Amino acid sequence: MSKGRFGEFGGQYVPETLMPALAELEAAYEKSLTDPEFQTGLKELLENYAGRPSILYYAEKMTKDLGGAKIYLKREDLNHTGSHKINNALGQVYLAKKMGKKRVIAETGAGQHGVATATAAALLGLECEIFMGKVDCERQALNVFRMELLGAKVHPVTSSTMTLKDAVNEAMREWAGRMDDTLYVIGSVMGPHPFPTIVRDYQKVIGQEIREQILAKEGRLPDAILACVGGGSNAMGSFYEFIGDKEVRLIGCEAAGKGVDTAMNAATIANGRLGVFHGMKSLFCQNEYGQIDEVYSISAGLDYPGIGPEHAMLNATKRAEYVPVTDDEAVEAFEYLSRTEGIIPAVESSHAVAYARKLAPTMGKDQIMVITISGRGDKDVAAIARYRGVEIYE
Amino acid sequence: MNRLTEAFNKNGKAFIPFITCGDPDLETTEKLVYAMVEAGADIIELGIPFSDPIAEGVVIQEADERSLKGGTTTDNIFETVERVRKNTDIPLVFMTYYNPVFSYGNERFLEKAKKAGIDGIIIPDVPFEESEEVRGVCEDNGITLINMIAPTSEERIEKIAKASEGFLYCVSSLGVTGVREKINTDVASMIQKVRQASDVPCAIGFGISNTEQASAMAKISDGVIVGSAIVRIVAKEGRNAVEPVAAYVSEMKTAANS
Repeated sequence: MSKGRFGEFGGQYVPETLMPALAELEAAYEKSLTDPEFQTGLKELLENYAGRPSILYYAEKMTKDLGGAKIYLKREDLNHTGSHKINNALGQVYLAKKMGKKRVIAETGAGQHGVATATAAALLGLECEIFMGKVDCERQALNVFRMELLGAKVHPVTSSTMTLKDAVNEAMREWAGRMDDTLYVIGSVMGPHPFPTIVRDYQKVIGQEIREQILAKEGRLPDAILACVGGGSNAMGSFYEFIGDKEVRLIGCEAAGKGVDTAMNAATIANGRLGVFHGMKSLFCQNEYGQIDEVYSISAGLDYPGIGPEHAMLNATKRAEYVPVTDDEAVEAFEYLSRTEGIIPAVESSHAVAYARKLAPTMGKDQIMVITISGRGDKDVAAIARYRGVEIYE
Repeated sequence: MNRLTEAFNKNGKAFIPFITCGDPDLETTEKLVYAMVEAGADIIELGIPFSDPIAEGVVIQEADERSLKGGTTTDNIFETVERVRKNTDIPLVFMTYYNPVFSYGNERFLEKAKKAGIDGIIIPDVPFEESEEVRGVCEDNGITLINMIAPTSEERIEKIAKASEGFLYCVSSLGVTGVREKINTDVASMIQKVRQASDVPCAIGFGISNTEQASAMAKISDGVIVGSAIVRIVAKEGRNAVEPVAAYVSEMKTAANS
């Protein structure tokens, strides 16, 4: 069995051209783990630039309204650039700089990872080019302009479905053509080894902080942690610290679009099966001949036909649970959290809020739930308005 | 001796054309195979289209898309190959991505491929380190898994070359498939490294489109592989591509031996 396995999942299924680049990245990453200068430098960036630690907020009104578990929100939306993506982007772009690279490239779906990467590249003085599906460029036009403001070049991807999976294809093709001075900064816990491990390690700070903060506030661990899952980076970051604590339920909320029984969804755990794509063996939405399905979600960030290999393992071993949440439920949760707590969550994060609304009332008042709010919803306001039939322009 | 290796010793430097099965339809694919055999092809690469071919440039991406939209499936490709095999004994190699194979079931796929008369298979997203899970099943069915080396392979070349059978696919350039004006890599030194480790024939692919390139690349190797330049003719001519493709193959085979 090859490197980077999570059970049977993971691996390095990439063309030969890229294998040496992955080996170079792996070596540099491993070296960085014991390099005090790197570790101090990254900590400094996370604390004094990104604004870590993010707060763990007791959502008292939501708790009372739902009448069950005590609800805490892990506020990744308060990070610089407005989502958890900055944790990984700073880590990988800083690593790229230490590796002597002059340029970073990245894919983006909703634009949050693209913005985070463009931000880190601006700060650290690297060139940055972002690949984004043309459909996503249209539904997240504001983020395209943000990336350009930050000095990045945005390439709209016009192949196939023109969404996140195609952006990943195009970024991989670009990297295969130019790797001597360029690092591919992948945005989620996916792709070939070592990416799923690196991204998880840069995101696991979320769970580490949750542990410290909940112990300080409640003196015990939560009963459940909820996070949305596309590729799965904020969920992996939230869950990882608690994998050994069997009493903590780990719940990933995936995008069911118009419903898991319809053709329009991106619910990989519900509908996917074992396959090999984007460098990894994992679960994918695909047809009987292994052609990757066109998937759909209102959320550009969850609109991905696969899931990170470590999630596939947590699902197979039943250590984590994965539940589907529809567009309708997510939009209602988006509005609910805005009205109830004065917090506008990203439509991605709204999937986790939506499931919390179902789960919390079934839990006891002495139980504790943490929901990771992976990003803020400003970027989604126009899309939600359109969903409700109001034509507003960004 | 391996039928693929043999094909390199028959008629001078080998010329290996690639077409995407089902572009524009499988009937044309069948006619193209016969015409390319007549025109001097030594081995033919048959592409099984994939929705997301990450090693391909735009030309082959679009061919895959056209083929899949036209309803091509792995099963009807097997049927076509089985028919083709009754009419020609040219070595045939599948070129596809891992998911269409894996999803079909490695055993089931390779048994059917064997039955259809396939000699080898190229799977660009299965690098050497991941090849074990496929290679054994290939061997069980007498199908050769073709290894690839790239300009970045350097010290990896030796171990890959030593484990190679049939022929070794030498990727001429960084990036993806597609017509290139110039090939800037020092392919000759890549091939020299192979020669030190193995007798396996070396075929160069990626970026070759014109007779000058075919001639230059053949001089330093055992054969040349051409895909995008042919697929581009098929894209333009559709069902009428048979004659122009045959003329092109004939011209390139001659150039490879000039």
